[in-house]
Amino acid sequence: MLKPNTTKGKLIVVEGIDGSGKSTQIDLLYKWLQSQGYSVYFSEWNSSELVKSTTKAAKKQKLFTPTTFSILHCTDFADRWENSIYPLLKAGVIVLADRYAFTAFARDVARGVDPEWVRNMYSFAIMPDVALYFRVPLEIAVERITGSRAALKYYEAGMDLNLSENIQESFKLFQGKILNEYDKMVDEFGLTMIDGTLSVKEQQKKVRSLVKKMLGSWQGLPNPNQTNIMVQNPRAADKDKGGKK
Amino acid sequence: MKNTNYYGAGFPYREKQKLSGKLIVLEGSDGVGRSTQIRLLRRWLEDEGYAVSDTGLTRSGLTQPGLDAAKSGHTLGPQTMSLFYLADFADRLENQIIPALQAGFVVLSDRYFYSVIARDIIRGIDKTWARNLYGIALKPDLILYMKASVDSLVTRLIHGRGLNYWEAGMNLYLADNLYDSFVTYQGLLIKEFDELAREYNFVTVDADRTPNEIFETLKVPIVQLLYNRLTKAKKPS
Repeated sequence: MLKPNTTKGKLIVVEGIDGSGKSTQIDLLYKWLQSQGYSVYFSEWNSSELVKSTTKAAKKQKLFTPTTFSILHCTDFADRWENSIYPLLKAGVIVLADRYAFTAFARDVARGVDPEWVRNMYSFAIMPDVALYFRVPLEIAVERITGSRAALKYYEAGMDLNLSENIQESFKLFQGKILNEYDKMVDEFGLTMIDGTLSVKEQQKKVRSLVKKMLGSWQGLPNPNQTNIMVQNPRAADKDKGGKK
Repeated sequence: MKNTNYYGAGFPYREKQKLSGKLIVLEGSDGVGRSTQIRLLRRWLEDEGYAVSDTGLTRSGLTQPGLDAAKSGHTLGPQTMSLFYLADFADRLENQIIPALQAGFVVLSDRYFYSVIARDIIRGIDKTWARNLYGIALKPDLILYMKASVDSLVTRLIHGRGLNYWEAGMNLYLADNLYDSFVTYQGLLIKEFDELAREYNFVTVDADRTPNEIFETLKVPIVQLLYNRLTKAKKPS
């Protein structure tokens, strides 16, 4: 359903449930690729300025249905796609995405939207050159999240699904459903599974080796000044103005 | 039970509930006089004893801030724009139209997703993608299409609220002035509408006539629809 990559650029995405450690890994990958002299751009799920004003208000007031939740996340993605990800891929940049369409396929379907419908909605997107799925057992992910964060958020815990009155319990049940959807996508999209219980260092070694193999002798857009990539349009720019903090 | 009557999968997570009301859609070009007709139809139906709810495009509280911001800054790409409209449509469908239909209302919708798709396609959006997005949409009981010639739209607008940037499709760079752009853009839209009319079974009504003549013509299929269903109800005169 996703389009083949015919651009000059390379697309690398990380996926997995909350607490799988994917953000740590893509951060390390970003810095490493930059140090290797590549032109790299980082884009984060749910970070378009234009859509954020809408999602923020709606989340606060709990206005979302599973369908509107799904559409607004795709709107956010489309805004980043049209204003940064796609043009930068065309230019020959390596684009790294922390969460991609697969997040929607897992989460929105876990919320009850039709799998075919949500796949069609994202069908303008490109199949990544490397799609890494960080897999951890549910118990470990839940422990990492509930241990490190003060409070779970309403939608994050899937409280809109009425799985349980208890937010911790709801979070666990919801993440379990998402994990199930991810597992189904390994074959459907050929995601590369990384064992998220390994040490950060071991995981990064695997990640780099996979990326290195994919890049081979590929040369993209030069990066003569070793600078971060900025997206000019301030309203459409990604949250972190072209570089992971 | 008509709750399986969606163009696609609809909302699979929703409990199936009987929709005892009727969904009537009024489609047509900018400046064709839809809002006048909605007002006339509403008053007439209420006089006949029907509970009526009316709704239009981009009235949802969910997406209004985003759409307003985007229009003033012109920074939305075509796909982002389509999805914003889809979010608005889904919100109104789930939170206004379906509950009103469950409560037995006659819902008069000032446009439906057909207008959005027509504009999308002219902006270069993939037809299949756009149609599949609206697999969530409920099939209306009646789709009335007020069809007017571009000449009569121009006359109406120039003597009414004036030609406007968006209705003229100026953002598409079709021409260097409002008039030529309007003529080209609305012409393209009418062509798309004609195609949609065949695909989705619109009842086409000639709108190159007086508001009263149009109103009388619109009443005919509505009477048929409501009278066939509610045999108890008095036939509107």
